Amino acid sequence: MSDSLTSWLGSWLAERAIFTPDTLAIYWQGIQTTLSLVALSLLLGFVISLPLSLARGSRHAWVRRPIQAYTYVFRGTPLLVQLYLIYYGVVFIEDVQESWLWPLVKEPFLPALLAFTLNTVAYTTEIFHGAITNTPRGEMEAARACGMSKPLIYRRIVFPSAFRRALPAYGNEVILTLHASAIASTVTLMDITGAAQFIYARYYAPFDAFIFAALLYLAITLSLLYALRRLESRFNPQLRGVRRQRRKVMFFGNAIPQKP
Amino acid sequence: MLNLHGYGARLLEGALVTVELAALSLVIAVVLGLITASAKLSGRRLPHLIATLYTTVVRGVPDLVLMMLLFFGGQMLMNQLSDLLHARFGLDIFIDINAFVAGVVTIGVIFGAYMGETFRGAIQAVDEGQLEAASACGMSRALIFRRIRFPLMMRHALPGLSNNWLVLLKTTALVSVIGLSDMVRVATQASKATLEPFTFMLFVGAVYLLLTSLSEQVFMHLSRKYNAGFTEERS
Repeated sequence: MSDSLTSWLGSWLAERAIFTPDTLAIYWQGIQTTLSLVALSLLLGFVISLPLSLARGSRHAWVRRPIQAYTYVFRGTPLLVQLYLIYYGVVFIEDVQESWLWPLVKEPFLPALLAFTLNTVAYTTEIFHGAITNTPRGEMEAARACGMSKPLIYRRIVFPSAFRRALPAYGNEVILTLHASAIASTVTLMDITGAAQFIYARYYAPFDAFIFAALLYLAITLSLLYALRRLESRFNPQLRGVRRQRRKVMFFGNAIPQKP
Repeated sequence: MLNLHGYGARLLEGALVTVELAALSLVIAVVLGLITASAKLSGRRLPHLIATLYTTVVRGVPDLVLMMLLFFGGQMLMNQLSDLLHARFGLDIFIDINAFVAGVVTIGVIFGAYMGETFRGAIQAVDEGQLEAASACGMSRALIFRRIRFPLMMRHALPGLSNNWLVLLKTTALVSVIGLSDMVRVATQASKATLEPFTFMLFVGAVYLLLTSLSEQVFMHLSRKYNAGFTEERS
């Protein structure tokens, strides 16, 4: 039984000659590119979104309006169009080819990073803004009654409380940024999808090349989900028992987040 | 002002392709979503397992990868099928995968998974008493679905549905990558030919913005319609 299984597995692998050390190295490169692209744009996105989400709720229209317009435009147009605009458009900025920037933007990585960051900042700003506006009035009032200054209230009360509320939606955004990063392959970046396309074109093996890529993405998605859930239960200790019960009932499938 | 270098007509055709693609995929996605949701709620193990596998895999993998898998892989399957037909039966038919059909099917399949989750929550939110009352009136199951369950469920499904539709609309841009002449592809070709990427990409972006804004209006109207009689509950 096990003999026939191993021989079957052996012949199955032999037929699939695409998984050689060479191709695996290409995939490995792709994984590194995808992960660094996603991590960098999420990190930058998080840092930029914090002040923007505060300004998004500003009392002054001249502060609020431009940010509203920015998130409206970037959430209302496809990421692919934004990426094309930046990647193909950067050449036409005057004198860019002579400037010190050119060696950096000639490669697709930085334009892609810029596009993804701008995109994720738009979504994240709205998520954080929503969470901040939903801060219970009582929390603010209690903090003010304790004599806290405004910066202290934000640091100690508003941000932690809002972050807790934003976490499910933000986790969703993290997963979606990972999935959106596949689009970078359209501007010749060799991420996981780019690697799969390259191997597909070389061996004409669409199933093997793309299913392997899909499995890689699935593995990254599921590990991110696990990490996010750990984070959520860390920030919401009161939910721990409930969550454990719910996990018993449902298969992890239902836990994968919705589109925004 | 806006000089489209004679690409205006082709861009409009491309925009039409985008809209048709989105509308047809929406139909497939809604049907698949309803099937998935009922499979998950059926309480039977096999349908539940299949539906869960479907939603997990589709929502765990990027749209673009699935699209390439189905498009390139589907073409290869079709080639093998026509080879087989030729070898076995001497039939000489070549089946070419139409990029439009492939796009509609892929986007439909992808968003069916998201719709499934939306509808599952919405179906569960329908008051049991209403359904009992309907069956007490002697309505058949199909009639109950059409007259009672569906209209009541839509109220809860609409926010998710509207989100999914907006994302779907933007996802159609990806079909330009697998060779369908939608608005984005025309704009890419035009930018390369005229060396004016800003003009064309900004134009396409504006059209998408227009489409999403219009959709928001439609959904606002629909939500007013399905929330009739529930106005107190709306905040």
